[in-house]
Formats: sequence, C-alpha cells, structure tokens
Amino acid sequence: MELLENYWLYFLVGQFPNGPLGGLALTILLGAGALLLAMPLGVLLGLARVSHSRWLRWPVTALVYVVRGTPLLMVVFWAYFFLPSLTGQKTGQFATMLAALVIFNGAYLAEIVRAGIQGVPRGQWESAQSLGLRYVSTMRRVILPQALRNMLPSLVNQFVTTLKETSLGYIIGLSEVSFIASQINNQVLTQPLAIYGIAALTYFLICFGLSRLSYSLEARLNA
Amino acid sequence: MSQFDFSVVLTGEFRHWLVSGFLLSLKLTGITWLLALPLGSGIALCRLSSVTALRWFGATFVEVIRNIPLLMHLLFWYFAVPELLPWPARDWLNTHGAESICAVIALTLYTAAYMAEDVRSGIRAVPATQLEAARALGFGFLASMRRIVLPQAIRITVPPLISQTLSLWKNTSIATVIGTAELMYQAQRVETATFRGVETFVVTTVAYLSVSLLITAGAVWYQRRFPVRAS
Repeated sequence: MELLENYWLYFLVGQFPNGPLGGLALTILLGAGALLLAMPLGVLLGLARVSHSRWLRWPVTALVYVVRGTPLLMVVFWAYFFLPSLTGQKTGQFATMLAALVIFNGAYLAEIVRAGIQGVPRGQWESAQSLGLRYVSTMRRVILPQALRNMLPSLVNQFVTTLKETSLGYIIGLSEVSFIASQINNQVLTQPLAIYGIAALTYFLICFGLSRLSYSLEARLNA
Repeated sequence: MSQFDFSVVLTGEFRHWLVSGFLLSLKLTGITWLLALPLGSGIALCRLSSVTALRWFGATFVEVIRNIPLLMHLLFWYFAVPELLPWPARDWLNTHGAESICAVIALTLYTAAYMAEDVRSGIRAVPATQLEAARALGFGFLASMRRIVLPQAIRITVPPLISQTLSLWKNTSIATVIGTAELMYQAQRVETATFRGVETFVVTTVAYLSVSLLITAGAVWYQRRFPVRAS
C-alpha cells in the first residue's frame, strides 16, 4: 500500500533522527518509563496503605481515593498547567505526560501492592517476626519478594493499561501513535479508515500480546 | 495567580458552561450504561454458549475492543466511520450532534466489552454443582436459575459492575477529543476564556470527584448489605 510505503518510518519513530522521537517508539518508551518510575512510588504508597500507623495510612488512603476518583485527563491537565509554575521552567509534553502517568499509576499500583502484601499468608509474617527479623527486614526479605512474584500478572496488565493511557498524550500534542495517526490523516485526507485502522491494529497487537503473556505468567504461577 | 477568585467561574456565563458540561457528562454516562449493560450481558452469554461460533464472536469482540485505547475508538468512530456512510446519513449525523452520538457509540462498545467480562466471571463463579443440586431437588431449569444460580451470581457481579460504572464516568472525559461538549471540554473552554486555570480545574476536579466518591460509596454499601457468602 502506498500509505504504508510513505509513512511507515514517520509512524514508527516520528521525525527522529531529524527531530524529536515520536510514533510507536515514543508510545512504548513513555509507557515503560511511566510504569518503571511509578513502581517505587506504588510500593511506598502500598506499604503506607497497610501500615500500622494511622498517620501514614489515612492521608495515603485519601490520596489514593482522590487520584482513583479523578479522570486521568484531569491529572494530565493539572500537570500541563502547573508543572511549569512548580519547576520554574517550561515543561515539554513528554515530561508532562510522564509525570501525570507516574502519579496516576502510582495510586493504582499502590492497590496492587496492597493486595499482593495481603495475599501473603499471615504465617510468613509471624515466622519472620519470631525468627527475630524487624519490620523493615521482614518486609524486604520475606513479604515483598513473595508479594511481588504474585503481583507479576497484574503488573503486566497494568503495563497494557499504561500503554493505552499514553494515547491521551494526543490531547496535549505529544507525538505518540494516536497523534501521528491524526497528523498523517490530515496530510492524506482521503483514507481515514485505513489510517485509524492501522493505528488501532498496532495498539491491538502490542496489548493483546502482552495480555497473553500475563495469562501465561498467571498459569505458571498457579502451577 | 496569587489571588484565587472562584466567583469568576462560579457565577454567570462560565458557571452555566461548567454546569451544562457536567450534565452532559452525566447524561453520557447514563445513556452509555443503559446500552452497555444489556450488550455486555449478551456478549457474556455468547462467550459462555456451547456454540463455537458464538464463543469466538464474543471472545473476539472483547479482546479487540479492550486492547485498543478508548481515544482511538473515539477517533475511529468520529473521523473514519462517517466516511463510509452515504451522504444523507452523514448530514443527519451532523445536524443531530455527531459528537455526542459517536461518543455514545464508542463508550458503549468499550464499556460493554469490560462489563461482559464481569458478568461472565460472575456467572462462572457459581459452582456448577449448585445448578445440579437444584435440579436434583426437583427445581426446573428456569426455577433453579432464578432461585439458586442468579441470586448468587448477582452478588458476585454487582461490585465489579459498579467499579466499571466508575471507570465509565471517568472515561466520558476523553470524549473531549472529538469535541463533545462534556465537562472536560467546557473546563478547557472556561480556562481559555478566563485564564483562571486553578479555579476552573479545582471546580472540575471536585465535580468529577464527588460523583466518583458517590459511586464508590454505593459499592461499599452494596458489599456490606449483600455480602458474598462463602460456599
């Protein structure tokens, strides 16, 4: 197809190397970066959610509820308008989207971490304590390794969700897959069905593949 | 930005914009919910059916829709699909609020795919022995479904359906990309017109949050009132 011949490179990497990176490469980079950065935040928030200290538990619970009750797009707009005034310098679209995704996913991962920790049998906790391990070592050496292992399928699913969420970068003009698709559509004008179809198929192939991976991980963990 | 003045966005014309956006968001959520629940249940029944073709159809529907971002669905239904329609249909669409119609179509399909999975896992969570035991006790098929299986399945299905409703409420915000004049769209308009970013976004966030927390409270109430009994 002529369409593919003319635009495949633009679709995959945007204007790179003559301009900023874009397209599919940017979508994957943004999704992976957001999840990796959100992970430590999610573990900390998740630990606070199961903490014995109510001074830690209540504010974090409130934060998690607020973020989960707000549309991601709202978080993106907050980041878009207020990151510059917070940091004192102009923030690019990539950094804006990354910050919004990290905050948003942090709150969702917190719940996955909490469920993971609560899924570890109580006996593990009690044995570690009676062996003389303190709270931090118990968490770090006994509970978290098991919890993280059980969380693996949920984490892959969260990655799929994050990849889908990167499409909101379209709204603030970040040149990821959806934005590139509409740019190509604006240039070609006559084939919206093919262009949006190909972009949708791209998302599908990646996300479907990853969700299969999550199923097989789950099957292996349960075996 | 040192002085916050909420009266600008809470009075007169701008308040009217925000309120109309809020109402449209609620309306989109309501209409989509009413359409998506039966569609989702139908798809779930397809996936549980003994006919291979129906099972395949159900699985394909769910996988294809869930693995593509909602934003892409919206762009597709708004920019690509109308090109396929004959001119009279396109004219009709344009004079009847194409933005809202396309948003409802995309949101309905997207939500239905998720609801289908909730309904399916709810029905599957009731052990097959429950139906067999009911039949052995002399209940007919319909009576066993109505009195034994469904009451248990509904308790399991309703909580995830409520959280799906919450996702739907938040997802309506994405319809702003095709120019549906819902809350997020109006918030952008007000921000552009007033340069009162903080005030506009605080009001908008509170509006989204209040409905979200109501839905969450509904889920908590339901789980207390109708707990799933351990079998």
